[in-house]
Order: sequence, then C-alpha cells, then structure tokens
Amino acid sequence: MTDIIDWLTAPFQFTFMQTALLAAVLVGLTCASIGVYVVLRRMAFIGDALSHTILPGVVVAYLNGFSLSAGALLAGVGTALGIGWLSRREVIREDTAIGVVFTGMFALGVLLMSQARSFRDFTHILFGNILGVTADDLTLIAVITAGVLLLLFLFHKELELTSFDPIHAEVIGLKASWLRYLLLLLLAFAVVSSIQVVGVVMTSALLITPAAAASLLTHRLWRMMGIAIVIAVASGVIGLYASFYANVSSGAAIVLACTGFFLLAWLWQALRHRLAQPEVEEVWN
Amino acid sequence: MFPYSRRVHQDAVPSAPALEVRDLTVAYPGTRRLALKGVNLCVPVGAQVALVGHNGAGKSTLLKAVAGLLPARSGSIVIYGNPPGACHHRVAYLPQRGEIDWRFPITLRKLVLTGRYVHLGWFKRPTRKDWLFADEVIDRLGLSALRERQISQLSGGQQQRALLARALAQEAELLLLDEPLNAVDAETRHLMIELLGLLRHEQKTVITATHDLGRLESDFDGALYLAEGREIAPPPGAFSGMKVGALA
Repeated sequence: MTDIIDWLTAPFQFTFMQTALLAAVLVGLTCASIGVYVVLRRMAFIGDALSHTILPGVVVAYLNGFSLSAGALLAGVGTALGIGWLSRREVIREDTAIGVVFTGMFALGVLLMSQARSFRDFTHILFGNILGVTADDLTLIAVITAGVLLLLFLFHKELELTSFDPIHAEVIGLKASWLRYLLLLLLAFAVVSSIQVVGVVMTSALLITPAAAASLLTHRLWRMMGIAIVIAVASGVIGLYASFYANVSSGAAIVLACTGFFLLAWLWQALRHRLAQPEVEEVWN
Repeated sequence: MFPYSRRVHQDAVPSAPALEVRDLTVAYPGTRRLALKGVNLCVPVGAQVALVGHNGAGKSTLLKAVAGLLPARSGSIVIYGNPPGACHHRVAYLPQRGEIDWRFPITLRKLVLTGRYVHLGWFKRPTRKDWLFADEVIDRLGLSALRERQISQLSGGQQQRALLARALAQEAELLLLDEPLNAVDAETRHLMIELLGLLRHEQKTVITATHDLGRLESDFDGALYLAEGREIAPPPGAFSGMKVGALA
C-alpha cells in the first residue's frame, strides 16, 4: 500500500512536476467547460482550425524574440475574428472557408519554421511539453482560466439560448453573432493556454473529446460540464504520470487518456441502450 | 438592468391595430430576388388571422419581417403603433420546428423560462418569480408532467405547446406562428383548434402561416392569401372572413 502511495507522490517532490500538475488541472478546467459549448454548437472543426492557425504567430514571435504567448494570442484572436467575419457573410460555406484559412496559416507556420535553424525548437509547440511549463506560463494559464470561467458564467444564459434557439434570441433583441464572437475569442484564449500542455496539433482533442464523452452520459448542461472537467483533469494527471514514469510524450499521453475515457463513455452508453427496454411512451394531459 | 436592445419599452398606442403592414417589400440578405412584393396587412388587436399560400409564397418572410428578423427594403411595419423592435417582449415568433436544436441539453421547464429573458437582460439571473411564472404557464398548458423532460423527448405537438408556453411566459401580445401544422401528427387539427381557442381566451393577437386552411375557417377571423410574394384574391369558395389585406 505504501508502495502505491510512494509511487503516486514521488513525482511531486519536484517543483516542475507541481507546476505541471497545476497547469494540467487549470487547462483541463478551461478547455472542458468551453468544449461543451464547442461540441453542442457543432464548432469542433473551428476549434481544430483555431489551434493550428496559431502556429505562424508563435513562429514569428520566436524568430523575432517576442513572447511566444503574445504571438499565439495575437494570431488566435485574429483568426477568431476572421472566422466570425467570414461565416457571417455567407459567400462561401463556413467549413470551406475555415478549411482554406486553417491549412494556409498552418503551412505558413511550417514555412517560417523551416527558415529557422532547426525544427527541434518547435517540437514543444507542435506536440506540447507539460514538464517544461514555467512559472510565467503558469501565471498566464491561471489568468486565462479565471477569465474564461468568469465570462462563461456571466454570459451563460445568453450562450445557452443562442446555442439552441438563435432566432428567439434575435427576436428579443439579443444579437446571436455577438455571443458567437465571444465564444470564438474565449476559444482562442483557451487554445493558447493549452499549447504548452498538448501542443498546437492536439489541442482540439482537449476541447472536444472530454465534452463529447460527457455528452454521451447526460442530458443536463451543468452535469455535462462537470463530467467533461473531471475527464479532462483526470486525463491531464494520467498523462503526467505516464510522461514521468514511462518517459513518453506528455501531450500524446494526455490526449490518449481522453480518448480512453471517450471509449469508456461510448461503451457505457451502448450497454445502457442494449439493456433498456424499448420504451413507448405518450403523455398527453 | 442592462437590456439586450437599446429600445426596451414603448407603450402601445391606444386604438392602434396590433399590426399594420403597408406596401412591404423584403429581400433575403445577399440575394436580389424579392420574397415579398408590396404586401398590405392590417390586424386588429385580439384578431386571429391566417396567412395562406404554398411553400415559397412569402408567408414565413412576412412573419420574419414582422418579428424583426429580416429588414424591410421598402414599405412599413407598425406594431401596436410602434416600429418593429421598439418593444421586444410584445412580439413572439414561433419558428418552424426545424429551426431549433431540439437535441440541446435543456428541459422543457428551462425552455419556457427563456421566455423571461427579454425582461431580464444581460447579467441578471432568473429569480424565483420568473421560475414560478414559467411553472404557472406550463401548468396552464397542461405540460406539468413533462416539465423535467429534455426537449427532444417531447412529441411534435408537445414541442409546439412548449413554444407557445414560452411565448406566454414572455407576456407576448402578438404571436406569429410559422406553420404550426407542419410535421405534427394526426392530432394536428385538434391541437391547432385547441391552441387557437386558448390564445383567444388569453386575448392574444395571432397570425398563423399555413399552406392549408383545411376546415379551420371557423377558428380564424380573417385570411390573407399569398402567392409568389404578392397578395392574391381568395380562391373561389375559399374562406376570407374580415378584410385584412388590400384585396377583398
């Protein structure tokens, strides 16, 4: 028994592991709660695109010696506003527009990277390195988490309404497009905060997979957010242990843990469906 | 309070009709084709009027323009003596069922509660009074047993009634029903008569878009027939009732 406890606590003698744990918890909290809206509003593709388009911002910042987070934020916010604008004027289909912008921006990032001395410097941006989170990174992550959660709480009522019935929102004078911009901006911030943890390429998994798993388990929004947060945070911790003991990529381990939870949720849901009697119900008063 | 729109509350002009539409022309944003070409409609307070026509005749367009969802290209819309959007709570638009994401994780009770939002505005949370208001309306429409159901687990007719409950929770006076008869089951006619009777009892003004009047003549006070964005004369032998348009 004490062996297990030792095994579990040993990693956290190190400061970098404590920082990493905090980062995992905070990023899980941010991504999972905003991820529920991303999944329910069918914005999964946008989430993915947003994380990829941040790459050129980061690379430019790196090559010029600016703060990487600032570069990421600028590129992320720019993309969020761009996507919002493109999808408002229905000249081309939204998913087509996103597909064009996201691959173009990502390619630009790769091109800029190839100009630099080596690709190696960028692997932690592409694939994340939670063990390398610095105190400054952690502060930024904490500020983003607090900000995102506060705004989600303040605008919950409106985000919820515009998600399932934007027309009613418009009729009562509430602009659905404003809420969409807000969500895209929060998404950009969430993506920036999670880059250190899972990297540009896999960030969308942290947004989408925990929320998708939770959506299989409940029909209540708050419960869905709660379950998604638990899954994301647990995955972060599992990934942390995996990278400490097995020396594997922390980002990949975290994402795979999320995927594992999703499969469990899927199985549970399928089983419940099998076992339940076919219900025929008609209630008329 | 931080209202959703700058223009919050305008009192109704006494003696003004519930709705007066003059020579209204509307095009969908980004297209040139006119969906409405000079339509007139006048609905007195408390009247129940049907908009009749085939798909694409302009019924939905007219309702959406009145609800403030589409801008008028020319002509005017006056609601209780005020321009559209002057008082957002007074108009309720019940969309075709396909325009709402019914799979969203929300209960019938919460759906009805969203009718209170126009009175709350930004940041204010629904109070106990708002919940009670919603529950009372749910009771009145006989939906109490379904209160905690997720909205996709309601039948088509129940979903219609839930939307109606929301309009009542909103304290709307002018109700715009877009094809409430569509995609509902065999109970449809019965349900529609029941709903119209209920709204008449509540002294609401109701405008209903439908492609088929069926045998509902006795339940409407008047009808406006539309084809290709224009008003047409009632087909021979069809119900017309009180005069609401420019033609007979």
